[in-house]
Amino acid sequence: MQEFLKVERLGKAFSANRPVFADVSFSIGKGEFVCIIGHSGCGKTTILNVLAGLDSASAGHVFMDKREIGGPSLERGVVFQSHALMPWLTVRKNIAFAVVSRWPDWTAAQVNTHVEKFVAMVGLSAAIDKKPSQLSGGMKQRVGIARAFAIQPKMLLLDEPFGALDALTRGTIQDELMAIVRETQQTVFMITHDVDEAILLADRILLMSNGTDNDGVYAPGRIAEEVSNPLPRERTRAGLHHLPGYYELRNHIVDFLVTRAKAH
Amino acid sequence: MKSLNLKAALVSLLIFLALLGIWYTATQPAPGTPAASTAGLSAEQIEYQKMMGKDPGSTKTTGFPTLGQMGTAIWKQVSNPLYDNGPNDKGILIQLGHSLARVGLGFLLACAVAVPLGFVIGMSPLLRRALDPFIQVLKPISPLAWMPLALYTIKDSSISGIFVIFICSVWPMLINTAFGVASVKREWLNVASTLEVNPLRKAFQVILPAAAPTILTGMRISMGIAWLVIVAAEMLVGGTGIGYFVWNEWNNLSLTNVIFAILVIGIVGMLLDLAFAQLQKVVTYVE
Repeated sequence: MQEFLKVERLGKAFSANRPVFADVSFSIGKGEFVCIIGHSGCGKTTILNVLAGLDSASAGHVFMDKREIGGPSLERGVVFQSHALMPWLTVRKNIAFAVVSRWPDWTAAQVNTHVEKFVAMVGLSAAIDKKPSQLSGGMKQRVGIARAFAIQPKMLLLDEPFGALDALTRGTIQDELMAIVRETQQTVFMITHDVDEAILLADRILLMSNGTDNDGVYAPGRIAEEVSNPLPRERTRAGLHHLPGYYELRNHIVDFLVTRAKAH
Repeated sequence: MKSLNLKAALVSLLIFLALLGIWYTATQPAPGTPAASTAGLSAEQIEYQKMMGKDPGSTKTTGFPTLGQMGTAIWKQVSNPLYDNGPNDKGILIQLGHSLARVGLGFLLACAVAVPLGFVIGMSPLLRRALDPFIQVLKPISPLAWMPLALYTIKDSSISGIFVIFICSVWPMLINTAFGVASVKREWLNVASTLEVNPLRKAFQVILPAAAPTILTGMRISMGIAWLVIVAAEMLVGGTGIGYFVWNEWNNLSLTNVIFAILVIGIVGMLLDLAFAQLQKVVTYVE
């Protein structure tokens, strides 16, 4: 697989001698879906923000398409945990805001067609002229996803997008997201807390450990292990637990989280 | 809900009628002391009594206008609101027009200064801290304290009035705009950053609508204060306006007109506040 995103010895320190994480290196291939899993405070969101260009690292470099990431860019779409829709705009205008940012020269009609296409993609055509406050949590997150896809970025960054949703809604949107990603061949980097979500969606799972004190010696957080998902790519949420190898994979990740990741 | 509104309106009406009733009874000529009889007094004696301020022929009143007198005065003013009999005698609408024009002009000037400056202060923590002492010192100064300085430098009483309105409406707007801009949610700014939105578009399409409810609250407070201050300012500078009207009628010892003016000031102030409440509704969003 062609190497698309490359993270080199990334580190972030808020106090100089106790970095939250250090020496984080990994790469993501084009069209690959990578999940990062770890306990709160290990620095997952910071890594994602650095990839998005919203935060800067204390050490290391990130390259996308062989060019260093120096700030936010339309090349990378972000879906925020809190959906981050603008409450004074309707669904249509929220997405149009992103579309106009991407293609400032488009006519209003072009923008509108494009917006309607992506709203239909997440199944919200009926609610297109509603304000976010009139939508349920799951619908808001769908709009957030549609907004990120609508600018047709080279890469998608998802910061725990389903964290605030109930299990049923989460399942439905996971299926939708997987279908869209498979269809568009999108490269995705996603943070999650949910082991099953990672196994369902990801081609590769990065397990991240927290910074720890061992006998007075501080070890910063790092990528402890990279796990390739051995399950067939055409898997479904309903059939996931019947696949051979599912339980081994799941147990491995849960064991890591319980014994090795060292939650605070 | 509807019945609650209805009940509240009914209670309001009852309170209003009770107040009118109290006014009516309080201003009735005192019974039991009918006009002192002029019987048995010679013409000279009556004349002497009148000279001493004890007119035996007149009925005793409290001096406070009765409801009837009030009604006549209100009707007289309302039926002919646009007359102009020279500098000291103008209709109520003309006076109101002068006051509203001053308030409007001063307020717009204050908007033009406070909103952009508040934007800058809200965006820049450095400027916020640097300007904070000035704002804290200038804010509590009574706007009328500026009046002598304004009169001396501007040398025009009408423009001085506008300046006083400007200086009193600028602070709430400035502080609210700065606060609203500074507390725009980080996530909306992040969205704008990841979409590479240019600073101007970010200011007008993200920060302004996000801060608009707070800014409008500031404007509403400013307008309230401006309407309070204009009356006092016009009493000082004189010439025209509702404040001058009150002072002039006090000099005429026409309490009915003073009371009428007080009512008008209250009603106009309420209407101004309602207008801003409507504007606030337009820009308010539910998260």
